[in-house]
Amino acid sequence: MMLLPCPWCGPRNASEFRYVGETGPRPDPTTATPEQWRRHLYFHANPRGWVRESWYHRAGCRRYFAAERHTATNEVRSSGGHS
Amino acid sequence: MSSSNNGTGNRNGSRNGHRPLRRGRRYSAWSLLQHGLSGADWPVTFRSHPKRDSYDVVIVGGGVHGLATAYYLAANHGIRNVAVLEKSYIGSGGSGRNTAILRSNYLTPEGVRFYDRSVKLYEHLAAELNFNVMFSQRGHLTLAHNDASLRTMRWRTEVNKLQGVDSEVIGPDEVKKLVPYLDTSSTTRYPVLGALYHPPGGIIRHDAVVWGYARGADAHGVHIHQKTEVVGIDVEGGRVTGVRTDDGHRIATPVVVNCTAGWSTLISDMAGVSMPVQTFPLQAAVTEPVKPFLDTVIVSGTLHVYVSQTDRGELVFGASVDPFASYSTRGSLEFAEGVAGHVLELMPALSKMRLLRQWAGLCDMTPDYSPIMGPTPVGGFYVDVGWGTYGFKAGPVSGEAMADCIANERPPEIISAFGLDRFEAGRLVGEKGAAAVGH
Ligand SMILES: Cc1cc2nc3c(=O)[nH]c(=O)nc-3n(C[C@H](O)[C@H](O)[C@H](O)COP(=O)(O)OP(=O)(O)OC[C@H]3O[C@@H](n4cnc5c(N)ncnc54)[C@H](O)[C@@H]3O)c2cc1C
Repeated sequence: MMLLPCPWCGPRNASEFRYVGETGPRPDPTTATPEQWRRHLYFHANPRGWVRESWYHRAGCRRYFAAERHTATNEVRSSGGHS
Repeated sequence: MSSSNNGTGNRNGSRNGHRPLRRGRRYSAWSLLQHGLSGADWPVTFRSHPKRDSYDVVIVGGGVHGLATAYYLAANHGIRNVAVLEKSYIGSGGSGRNTAILRSNYLTPEGVRFYDRSVKLYEHLAAELNFNVMFSQRGHLTLAHNDASLRTMRWRTEVNKLQGVDSEVIGPDEVKKLVPYLDTSSTTRYPVLGALYHPPGGIIRHDAVVWGYARGADAHGVHIHQKTEVVGIDVEGGRVTGVRTDDGHRIATPVVVNCTAGWSTLISDMAGVSMPVQTFPLQAAVTEPVKPFLDTVIVSGTLHVYVSQTDRGELVFGASVDPFASYSTRGSLEFAEGVAGHVLELMPALSKMRLLRQWAGLCDMTPDYSPIMGPTPVGGFYVDVGWGTYGFKAGPVSGEAMADCIANERPPEIISAFGLDRFEAGRLVGEKGAAAVGH
């Protein structure tokens, strides 16, 4: 399907991971209105192109990491630690 | 089969009655005989036209939703100066890739009412469009393998019956009678405890629905422009004024309708409207043809699989969406392996069948497994999206309701629960219990 570069375990088949989704700034919980929270929860950029997203290596190190992926080709460009 | 009328309109499709197709273009036994004997060419199903500089309504996306909206705008409301712009060929998106299952046994009253209207329109569609859409109401079975599924099915049955939809929970013995090849023994990993049986559900010929609506829309004067990609939408003072296409045209229009399913975020982005949609691939597969042995549609939520047999004898297999969001339509070995294993748990006798092909289509998933229909904050920009894995069955009712919404400038009652504003307002329509396995 697709190889994902886990920063701790190396490249592994995507089926070992759980897709968490696009990463982006969270609203400030002390000031956000219910509408802003719902927007944060439900709305997505859903681009056709490069996107930064979070994955969970459930059948491996069980850690989260961020990666950049092109959503039309599924090419993965970079990865980093926690997201 | 249910015969109730849910009070949302007449049962026979277009409200004002349909105008006959021009002479010589009607299909009938007589025209078949005539053409067979004379060898004359059939008239084209729908024509191509040069693009006009302006249209009253521009519909983006030539799938069942876009074409049905165009057809009902013209047939029910007399709005004929309409263009459907399709970047590839009509039906090249989900409408030509789905597994063509129609049903209305959903979980929420809003959902059941809506999909039931669509099944009613489908029942009369061949006559309305003078096009054989091959709707086979062979019955639909959703299997329960645990107590929790049985509980949800009882709940669904009650909601269904209240809306006049034929739906009941049956036991393993009755399931076995309907599907003799199903393994209903108690020794399997996931024994069959019962099923939700929905007699009016079935399968249809999806391409025929697309072509039928295209032909009907064309006969009413709608322009269908294939190989025309929308690359920009002009918005001035909060209102839509036109669209731009990849061949350098600018088409002026006060109304743009986004009917692009898996690509709908990209079109809404052009108008500056953000959406609660994520695009996921959904895969399906067919086997080589065999003699007819399966005359119902079988679905198992627990095993994430569904099976039906086509008129040609092929078995069609489907499953849930791929595990991550993507615009790629590449098939995967994981899918083929998973679906084969799960089908064999249901019907071990199929172990010698060979898969012929597998494919994928793009699905616009929403947080509540319900569509997004109606106006947006941008004046004249309408959406008919969020069709996820279940939108083919909704083609007719969506076209009818969107045409009404555009002609009367407000959403009709039947789609009032599906507005874009429900997400920020927190009024979601929880349909996951009936729509999570893609069909
Ligand atoms: C494998 C699979 C199985 C399914 N099974 C079922 C089922 O059994 N029952 C069911 O009810 N539903 C099912 N579905 C879902 C169903 O196919 C879709 O919800 C439905 O077809 C959506 O129709 P549509 O007209 O909205 O979009 P589509 O048919 O996807 O049409 C959208 C069109 O927009 C065009 N487009 C995109 N961008 C542009 C642009 N910029 N300019 C111009 N045109 C553009 C595309 O080329 C495409 O033709 C399934 C889907 C898949 C993939």
